[in-house]
Amino acid sequence: MEQPPKIRIDGLSFWYKDFQALDRVSLAIRANEIFGLMGPAKSGKSTLLKVLNRLCDLLPEARLEGKAYLDDLDLLAPDTDVVSLRRRVGLVLSKPTPLPRSIYENLVLAPRLAGRPHKELPALAEEALKAARLWDEVKDRLHDSALRLSGGQQQRLCLARTLAMQPEVILLDEPTSGLDPISTAKIEETLFQLKSRYTIILVSNNTKQIARATDRTAFLLMGRLIEVGETSQVFTVPRDQRTDDYISGRFG
Amino acid sequence: MTSKGIERLLLVLALSSVGSLALITFFIFWEGLPLILGTGPGDFLFSTHWAPTKGRFGIGAMIVSSVVVTLGALVLGVPLGLACAIVLAEFAPKRLKQVLKPTLELLAGIPSVVYGFLGVLWLVPLIREHLGGPGLSLLAAAVILGIMILPTIISISIDSLSAVPDLYRDGSLALGATRWQTVQRVVLPAARSGIITAIILGMGRAVGETMAVIMVAGNALKLPTSLLDPVRTLTSNIALELGYASGRHREALFATGVVLFVIIMILNLTAAAVTRRR
Repeated sequence: MEQPPKIRIDGLSFWYKDFQALDRVSLAIRANEIFGLMGPAKSGKSTLLKVLNRLCDLLPEARLEGKAYLDDLDLLAPDTDVVSLRRRVGLVLSKPTPLPRSIYENLVLAPRLAGRPHKELPALAEEALKAARLWDEVKDRLHDSALRLSGGQQQRLCLARTLAMQPEVILLDEPTSGLDPISTAKIEETLFQLKSRYTIILVSNNTKQIARATDRTAFLLMGRLIEVGETSQVFTVPRDQRTDDYISGRFG
Repeated sequence: MTSKGIERLLLVLALSSVGSLALITFFIFWEGLPLILGTGPGDFLFSTHWAPTKGRFGIGAMIVSSVVVTLGALVLGVPLGLACAIVLAEFAPKRLKQVLKPTLELLAGIPSVVYGFLGVLWLVPLIREHLGGPGLSLLAAAVILGIMILPTIISISIDSLSAVPDLYRDGSLALGATRWQTVQRVVLPAARSGIITAIILGMGRAVGETMAVIMVAGNALKLPTSLLDPVRTLTSNIALELGYASGRHREALFATGVVLFVIIMILNLTAAAVTRRR
C-alpha cells in the first residue's frame, strides 16, 4: 500500500506582490484518488492549483518558495518544460471557458498541439465527450459554436477538452460553482468514473460537495494547511476546532 | 438653461453634423452624376483616355493606380502593423506598451505633407538610384502610404487583441499551448473581426490620402506597367486640376469624387458590418 505519492508539495509559500496566499503548505496526493481542497475565499486553494500547472508564471509580481514534485519531476524548477508539464496536469477553471470555436475544435485543440496524427482526432473527441457525459447531448452538432451550449454543458466540454489532452492529473477549480444541481451531479458522477485513470484534485467551497465527491480532504485557511485526512474522518471527527467550525458553517 | 433646452440644443448640433454629411453627398452627386451619365458609365470608368480639353473623360488609369497603390500600401502596412500590434498586446511588458502605443499613435498626427516631403527627399532618390526609373513612382506612393496607415492598423488591432478575455488565454495555456500557439490559434481568431476592421479602415485612409501621394507618385496620366512608373490616383487628379477646371472638366472632377465616395462608403460599411458580426 506504500506507493510514492503522485504529487508531493513541500513547504510551499506563495506571494502576490505583498499578499501571502500560501504559507508553508506541505501535502502528498496519491495516484487515482479524488483529493478535495476546501476553505473560505482567499484561503489559497486556487493559488495552489495554479502553482501545480505553473499558470502562476503569468502573474508578473508573484514570488514563491518551496518545492513541488509530480512523480520525480521538480515542478517548480526554472528549467522545467512548462508546456509539457501543462499537458500532464490539466486544469479546469471555475468559469466555463470554451474557446470561441466549434465544439469539435475545442476538443481537438490540445491533441493537435501535442502533435497527435489527424486520423486519431475524431475518436479522441468522441471518447472525451463520452467520458464527460456530454456525447449524447452534442453528437449531432459537433461543429456548432461551443458558445451556444448551456453553462453546464460548457463546463463539461471544458472537462472533456482537458480529458482529450490525456493528462495524468486533473485539477478542478470550483468546477460547479455556477451550475444547477443536475449539472453538478453529472460532473460529480463523471469524476467518480474518471478516478480509476486519473489523479484528481477538486477545489470547492461547497463543503457538501467535498464530502460527497472526494476520498481525502485538506482544509486551508488563510494560506495555511489546517488539517488533512480521509474525507470521512475530516467530516465526522475533525481534529482541529477551526475545521469543525468551517464544516458546520460557523464561518467562511 | 433647462435640461430640456440643453437636450434640444445637443440634438440640433448632432443633426447639423449629420446634415452636413448629407449636403456633401448630395452636392457631389448633383455635380458629378450628369457627366457620368452623359459620357456613359462604362466609358467613364474603364476608358484610360483623360483629355478634358478635348472632351475625353476616362478615369480607368486613375482607378487602377489608386487600387494598386492602396494594395501596395496594405502589403507593406498590414504585416508590419499586425506584427507590431501582436508584440505590443501580447508579449511586451506592460510599461513598454504604455510608452509605445501613444508614440505610435503620434504617427497619425504628423501632417501628410511632412510624409510627402520626407518621401521626396529620401525615398524618391533612393528608388531612382537603386531601382531605376524616375523615382517618383507607384512604389514610392505605396511605401509612404504603408507607413501612414500603420497607426490606424496598430491601434485598432491592439484594442481588439486586448479585448479578448484573459480566460481564453488561460484556458489555452492550460491545454498545453505555448504562448505563440495561444496567440495564433485562440487570440487572433477571437480578435479577427477587429483586425479586419483595422485593415479596412487603413485601406480607406490609403485610398483617400492626397497630399503625400501627389508629392511622390509622379502624377503621370497613363496606365502603370511597372511599380517604378509614375502614376496619378483619383484623389491626386481632383486636387491637381480643380484649380483651373471649369464647365464639363469641373463636372468630371466631381464625378471622380463620386467614384471615390462610393469606394470609401463601401469600405466603411464593410468595416461596420464586420464589427457588428461577432
